Amino acid sequence: MTLAEILASLFPEGHAVAVEYGLVSGHGPFRGGRLAVIGIDGNTPLGVEGAARLAGSVLDVVRQGGATPILVAIDSDSQRMSRRDELLGLNEYLAHLAKCLLLADRSGHPTVGLVYGHTAAGAFIATALATRVLAGLPGASPSVMDLPSVARVTKLPLDRLEAMARDTPVFAPGLDNMVKTGAVHAVLDPAQPLGPQIEALIDGSPAADNRDALGAERGGRPVAQGIAAEVVRDARLG
Amino acid sequence: MSERITDPRAASWYEASARARLDGLLDSGSFAEILGPEQRKMSPHLPLFDLPRAFDDGLVIGSGRLDGRPVLVAAQEGRFMGGAFGEVHGAKLVGLLRAALGLKPAAVLILFDTGGVRLQEANAGETAIAEVMRAITEARAAGIPVIGLIGGRAGAYGGGGLIAGTCSRLAVSEGGRISVSGPEVIETNKGAEEFDSRDRALVWRTMGGKHRRLIGGADTFVDDTVAAFREAALALIGRAPAFDLATLEAEQARLERRLADFGECRDATEIWSRLGVNDPAAVPGLTAADFDALVAGLRETGHDAR
Repeated sequence: MTLAEILASLFPEGHAVAVEYGLVSGHGPFRGGRLAVIGIDGNTPLGVEGAARLAGSVLDVVRQGGATPILVAIDSDSQRMSRRDELLGLNEYLAHLAKCLLLADRSGHPTVGLVYGHTAAGAFIATALATRVLAGLPGASPSVMDLPSVARVTKLPLDRLEAMARDTPVFAPGLDNMVKTGAVHAVLDPAQPLGPQIEALIDGSPAADNRDALGAERGGRPVAQGIAAEVVRDARLG
Repeated sequence: MSERITDPRAASWYEASARARLDGLLDSGSFAEILGPEQRKMSPHLPLFDLPRAFDDGLVIGSGRLDGRPVLVAAQEGRFMGGAFGEVHGAKLVGLLRAALGLKPAAVLILFDTGGVRLQEANAGETAIAEVMRAITEARAAGIPVIGLIGGRAGAYGGGGLIAGTCSRLAVSEGGRISVSGPEVIETNKGAEEFDSRDRALVWRTMGGKHRRLIGGADTFVDDTVAAFREAALALIGRAPAFDLATLEAEQARLERRLADFGECRDATEIWSRLGVNDPAAVPGLTAADFDALVAGLRETGHDAR
């Protein structure tokens, strides 16, 4: 689905969501109130200015109080890779955006991620992965790094990686693999109206971070949940 | 490599192993490891790539005392897979941060030494980084300072840079680079004219500890010794900002101001000059003491906005 199709499905009565330089922000009517929308469209990389803009939109919602939920709709590139972004401290801008989303959620604004296109690496962590519940649409392609780049770094032949990727969700790009690791909670049905599906996600969103439990259940992260639980069990102050 | 530090004032943090850093950082003999190497919690995925595993998956976690106060600690081993986040490595840090919520230590200390996500376990590493960031904000919101110490060989790159930006406070040494895309990644994707990764001076002044301290990306610059990191950790625990709307609004203003003030600068030396540094070319050679004196004379670079 395109962003326009998503917004039309979510807000059949119209909305006030705008896209500027690939950055999405605005709101639409939802459950007698509003649904705030932020995001990235058109496979746009996320740099310092974009992260600051989106974080500002999130803080606006928190400052207004109430319980307006926030939808984070993502079709992005990775973080913008440039000397200037790193010179200016891109890590702080991306972390700040993630912190704003995490604060909003703690402050009573349920956060829902929706990956409808590509996203990768730092842009993924700073946006969709910083929400309480993350959904994907069929055709979405979240990743950490594409397989040719993985081949370059790991010095393994691409055809061997492609063969391994078929049985091993832990490293291969793609929506299905992110569902198996528990990063993506659910895949939505584009043939049905999105509004009720987003409502159901908000109503069913887990109180605590359950991504490692999902990863264990679905087989994409076989040991993470058990390890974290063992640490909690064994930890004591000396 | 020795796991013990005999003289913390002389021992280099950069050169030390993760275990040796913890030995010298904490009160003598106070470290108690959780899920230590004897429990063989190894990566279930590396054998698929014919790669060797580590009994601790490159992360040492546990509890100890810092000047008598109870703390939880995590130290990444940059010499194993570049300190990268795999499934076990990440889950150990997530578990430690979750444990902090119940135990209420005086602080959680994270000794960064990482290139980011371990590509062989990319999806697990990426997801773990998101879990760590959420767990850090939960610990901070519960009043537990999370302090990052950055001075290892691998720096704090990729998702490690994002986790660093989520901490309450950061101490960094000259060698402690903080960045999202590393020099090689930028060069591979955008070309050597965008970033020449072999130009080490360029790497240090764009991503290194002094630059991060000068622009507010880190709170304290320290000498590359184990004793200096210990003193910095002690000082920073007492100055941890709250995790609330006021802090994040202040950070928003701070980061927007940085774009307005320095957004057109091409090189770190231009930023330092605009900050009021008279001789930017001399900054890389300054000792920590001289650098501190320089910072003290500049317009405000310290803040509670993180």
